[in-house]
Amino acid sequence: MNYSGILTQLIVGLSRTMILFIVSSGMSLILGVLRIPNVAHGSFYMIGAFLSYTIASFLGDVSYSFWFGIALAPIIVGLLGFFLERVFFSYLYEREHLMLLLLTFGLASVLGDLVKLIWGAEYRSMTTPVFLQGSSEFFGLPVPNYNLFLLFIGPAIAILLWFIFNKTKFGKIARAAAADKEMVSAVGVNVNLIFSLTFVLGCILAGLGGALVAPIVNISLGMDHSLIMEVFLIVIIGGLGNIWGAFLGSLIFGITQSFGILIWPQFGIIFPYLAVVIVLLIRPRGLLSSTW
Amino acid sequence: MLEVKKMNTFYGKSHILFDVSLFIKEGEVVGLLGRNGAGKTTTMKSIAGLLTPKSGEILFHDESLIGKKPYEIVRRGICYVPDERRIFGDLTVEDNLEIVYKRNNEWTKDRVYNLFPQLKEISQRKAGLLSGGERAMLAIGRALMSSPKLLLLDEPTEGLAPIIVKMLEEQILELKKTGISILLSEQNIISSLKIIDRAYVIDNGKICFEGTVSELAQNEGVKRDHFLI
Ligand SMILES: Nc1ncnc2c1ncn2[C@@H]1O[C@H](COP(=O)(O)OP(=O)(O)O)[C@@H](O)[C@H]1O
Ligand SMILES: [Mg+2]
Repeated sequence: MNYSGILTQLIVGLSRTMILFIVSSGMSLILGVLRIPNVAHGSFYMIGAFLSYTIASFLGDVSYSFWFGIALAPIIVGLLGFFLERVFFSYLYEREHLMLLLLTFGLASVLGDLVKLIWGAEYRSMTTPVFLQGSSEFFGLPVPNYNLFLLFIGPAIAILLWFIFNKTKFGKIARAAAADKEMVSAVGVNVNLIFSLTFVLGCILAGLGGALVAPIVNISLGMDHSLIMEVFLIVIIGGLGNIWGAFLGSLIFGITQSFGILIWPQFGIIFPYLAVVIVLLIRPRGLLSSTW
Repeated sequence: MLEVKKMNTFYGKSHILFDVSLFIKEGEVVGLLGRNGAGKTTTMKSIAGLLTPKSGEILFHDESLIGKKPYEIVRRGICYVPDERRIFGDLTVEDNLEIVYKRNNEWTKDRVYNLFPQLKEISQRKAGLLSGGERAMLAIGRALMSSPKLLLLDEPTEGLAPIIVKMLEEQILELKKTGISILLSEQNIISSLKIIDRAYVIDNGKICFEGTVSELAQNEGVKRDHFLI
């Protein structure tokens, strides 16, 4: 492969890290504020992908069907998250923490079965929307339009999250609750509501990640498993609960992944894991400050 | 306005408060005095809903507070200022004030800054970077933002330099003039006498004296027995 081909591959890889970032930021939020290592986070991502497929195929080949999927799938996943949080999680916050972890394990397998029941076990695939097909020149390199779109949407989500957590009252309270939830209650705030909203936001981000990845992968049962490991590692190397950490972690993970596959196709897959080990050897608590 | 009757509180299996009873009337500043480990914080946390008493009754305006969540108690007009301050270190001073639930507009940010002008100058600073005195002021200001009828002030001057203690005491006296009710816990009896109207002395989780400031001032026995300085 020539030099520009390699660069193109890297840019494509970089664009995929944006999806990793979006999903990881949701995980990081839930981990930071609710302190739940949500094993079912990958399931929300998978459901987001299937929903986006269903919405797009239901609406047919119209220009807005993609946007509908992108907008609607995360909202439906958010509603599902809201329901689950109210019905299961909210009763466990004051209980043994292990209970919450076990609950998320159980949920992951139940949600997996649910997906199998609704969508079946075979692969689904959808095309990129017409207006995002083809390629454009990006610094003189031909890059698929859809990947350029991802490169735009990742930072946009990062800025949106920055805004929410630094400029809105909800975000400020969530940050305070991440550090001392009892004290937040002691200044009159209903922390359970903040937990609920944070959980829903985390689910929406997982659903959005799924909706964004849908046009470029095979949508299948099991796509949650491969993702959840990566997302956990990203959140750990970034610093638990730190959204910029999730961004940095995704970049490190995604870029070493694309590099690895380029230079050593058979074993490239181990490079991001090596990167994780190196980061943790140097900074055991993650790159950026953790809320834990 | 507040009446605590025969309250018993535990930490797990260890029995900490034994039949604690006390009352506070509208506009009163009441001292809860006792040495380190006597049970002052436990009493306040029980009233604020951060701990749940095993038995007894806590009535606020004739409504029982037992089993209510801390935020529900704040919304009824009781706010706790921890001895550890527990300010939100990741947020700015201003954001610490702004995220509080506001029962009404009696207290605003500007009014808090009026009482504690030092806070206004550092309103954009990260609260985690504040000095001990600034933290104490912020913790009080934060509680005031909820416009409480009753403030539970847990050792507000503990660990502060004498000059800061003096300033803070004047500010609490200023606060007293507004007519707010305060339950003030202190180890240092001398300094608290200037502020309080009436006092309870607590030791080993039991109330062992109650009376007016002058009664307490004259009672050398109580002061000696309970190591009040
Ligand atoms: N979290 C806790 N777990 C167990 N015991 C505690 C805890 N906090 C305080 N205690 C005990 O309860 C007693 C009263 O403590 P506290 O109310 O904090 O006293 P004070 O505020 O008067 O210094 C002490 O004997 C202390 O050791
Ligand atoms: Mg104490």
